Parts: sequence; structure tokens; C-alpha cells
Amino acid sequence: MIKKRIIPCLDVRDGKVVKGINFVGLKEVGDPVELAERYYRQSADELVFLDITATHEHRDTMVHIVEKVAEKIFMPFTVGGGIRTTEDIRRILRAGADKVSLNSAAVRNPDILNEGASMFGDQCIVLAVDGRMRSDGSGWNVVINGGRIDTGLDAVEWIREGVSRGAGEILLTSMDADGTKQGFDIPFLKAVRQAVNVPVIASGGCGSLEHFREVFAEDAADAALAASLFHYNELTVTDVKEYLQKEGIPVRL
Amino acid sequence: MIGIIDYGMGNLRSLENALKYLGKECVISSDPEVLTSCERLILPGVGAFGDCMKNLKDRKLDVMVREYVEKGGKILGICLGMQMLFESSEEKGFTEGFGFLKGKVIRLQTDLPVPEIGWNELEWNQEHPLKGILSEHAHAYYVHSYYAAQTDPDDLIICSLYGDIRVAGLVARANVAGCQFHPEKSGEDGLKILKYYMEEF
Repeated sequence: MIKKRIIPCLDVRDGKVVKGINFVGLKEVGDPVELAERYYRQSADELVFLDITATHEHRDTMVHIVEKVAEKIFMPFTVGGGIRTTEDIRRILRAGADKVSLNSAAVRNPDILNEGASMFGDQCIVLAVDGRMRSDGSGWNVVINGGRIDTGLDAVEWIREGVSRGAGEILLTSMDADGTKQGFDIPFLKAVRQAVNVPVIASGGCGSLEHFREVFAEDAADAALAASLFHYNELTVTDVKEYLQKEGIPVRL
Repeated sequence: MIGIIDYGMGNLRSLENALKYLGKECVISSDPEVLTSCERLILPGVGAFGDCMKNLKDRKLDVMVREYVEKGGKILGICLGMQMLFESSEEKGFTEGFGFLKGKVIRLQTDLPVPEIGWNELEWNQEHPLKGILSEHAHAYYVHSYYAAQTDPDDLIICSLYGDIRVAGLVARANVAGCQFHPEKSGEDGLKILKYYMEEF
């Protein structure tokens, strides 16, 4: 049977893995290639690299990192951040990444989803959506630029459109939960899961083993993503999977 | 020398990296002459079945592959490359495949998410030398929305369950082999499968 995936996420700025809370107060936590190898040995199921480099000239750095990672680890990984054109997608995939994730670039230019999916296949186009609950609690809006801009778009509707345009997977980050360590945003995840039939990766809010169990036991996601928990060695991926297996959640060990 | 067939589809870099890691010499090429002279070929592929077959034809690589296989050349298809070894696919209309293997490629009909993305456990459909090589609960990484159905049970070595669908994972007949999963992305067990098909098979 298919197993639930545990995905460490590495935010990369200027060639180094960094971590902050709600995208501010960034701290360096290590070398992306070394961390990737560590997670590979811990039987992580996939990796996600998010390039949060602000300037365009540093983009080549990310391509080199992708090349090095692809030489060392034989598991799937996704690269997101700063990808705006199909040419950007091609460069990252050619360097050895399996998928790209598109976030604000897809909001600004939704056609990139159609173009990317038809050129490279649905399976390598991940639609990353950051959402925040509307103040009246009636649903979630898509936010971009690290949560600074509310697009006014309904997140569930946007995801439905994104999938119809060719996104093969959803990476859903709850900006309400992100950084809180209070658990994944189950209602938001469930709303998305009901709307589309592609795999959903849960992101934001994970602070304990129990949070991983909860998101899977509730069938709110196919995969769970976490960053700082793993980077600071609070937990290893192996710890999480051994715990989940004991709790009856199907994982690969 | 192992030839990786380059027809504009797929992440060939990862495959090349995996072969290098295994100490295999390989060449990525779309030149029929170069490929014909290789001891083994790998047919990769991602995207849509029809586009893949068309891209092969545009480069006259379909003829080369057929002649290579008919002369007994060993070929391993991966993911869509595996699907193309079968008779046909219903993806985006009907497209004929190479027909080296019996079976038709059809869409995953399930309540589970489609595409299937992730690690699925490998189940043995027959006794096979690989059984002694792979770890006890081996998994492989699958990414696909279609799968080969109505295959010949004699060809089916490994399958994986997706809901109640038995997905053909690894198939082989004579000099033709294919895997639906990505051996180059399936950790140590994936590398062992790749090594086996580059050496023993």
C-alpha cells in the first residue's frame, strides 16, 4: 500500500539553509547538501527546497545546489521559490529536481501551471498555496510575499482552479498555524482535500510527534512537511516514522 | 556502455547520476547510431504517453528501438518508458505503444488521490532472483496516473497495491524489462533494482 510521506523542508537563502518564524528573524542552520544527505539516511520520503533568495543574481546558486543534491541522494525532491517562467522550470528540472513548486508566480500568472504541466507533466507541478483565515472566519484567502499581501482570492477556489490547470499536487501552508507549533491546520486541509483529488502535503504548525499522527489519522493529508523540528535535531525523521508506525499509520521504514 | 534515450522528455540527470553512482558508464543521446551501439538501453519518460511516442517518432527513435529490441538488445523502460513497452494507452485518447509486452495502459480508477505519488511497498508476483537482493519490506517511489492492466502474469514480477488496484510495478519478458516506479529515486533498494537490470538481466 501507499505510505504517508514525511518531508523535511529546507528554506535556502544565498546557498545556506535558514529558518525563521512566520518568515522573519531568519537564522542559518546548515549546508543544504549536508542536510539533504542526513535526511536521506533518515529515510525521509522526499525533500522540499524553497529558495528564498531575494536577488536574481543568486538564482544560479540554487541550480548548483540542485545539481549537487541530485548527485548525492536518490530520492525525490522539489524546488520552489523564484520560479516564474517555463524556462526557470526547465533549468531546475534539468539540474536534477523532480518537481517544482509554484506559489505567487502562479497567482500572478496562472497560465504557467498549464504551460508547465503540458511541457513537463502534471506530476512535476506542485501548486504551493499559503492561506490565512479571513477575519470573518468564512474561509481562507491566498496570501503571497510571505504572508504580507492578501490576494483576496479564496484559497479553496484557487486550488480547484490550479488543479484544473494542471497542478499534480498541492503544498498547503496555513499561515495561521505556521511557526506556532500548535499542530497542522486540519479544517483548512480538509476543506482542500474535499475540493480536489490530487495529493495534498500539509505544512505549517507541526511541533510534536502527535501532530504528525493527528494529520494522518484525520486523513487530512497524504504527506506532512516540517522544517525546524528536523533541522535542530529535536526529532529525526526516523523518530517520527517509528512513532507513526506504532500508532498504526502506514509509513516506509 | 549504457544508452539513455533522450527524446526531450524526463529528468535524465537523476538517472545518469544513479548509473554513475553504480559505476556504470552511460551516454545520454538522441542519435540512433550512438544508441544502437550501446550494450543496453534505458527508455525514460514523463509527461503524456502520446507526446512521448510522438517525440520518439519525430526523432526516428521508435524505429531504432524496435530494431534494437528485435535483434535481442536489452532495454529497460522507466515510468512512461515502461508504459510505452505495452500495446496501447488510453491517456488523452488512444495511442499505440511498442507492443513488446502484452497489456494496456489505463487510468487509475480509485477514490484515492490521482496521480499516485509516493512510496509503495513492493509485492512479489513470482519467485525472482531480486527477492534475495532487496530488503524485506522494500518500497519504491511511484508517480503516475495511468498503469498497465491486463498484463501477462508470467511477465509480472512486482506489483504494488493502490487502493484495490494491483499496479504493475516491475515487468520483464526476455530482453525487455520495465518498471513503473523510479528506481533512480527509490533509495538503496531502487539502486539495487537498477544495478540488477544493468548487470544480471
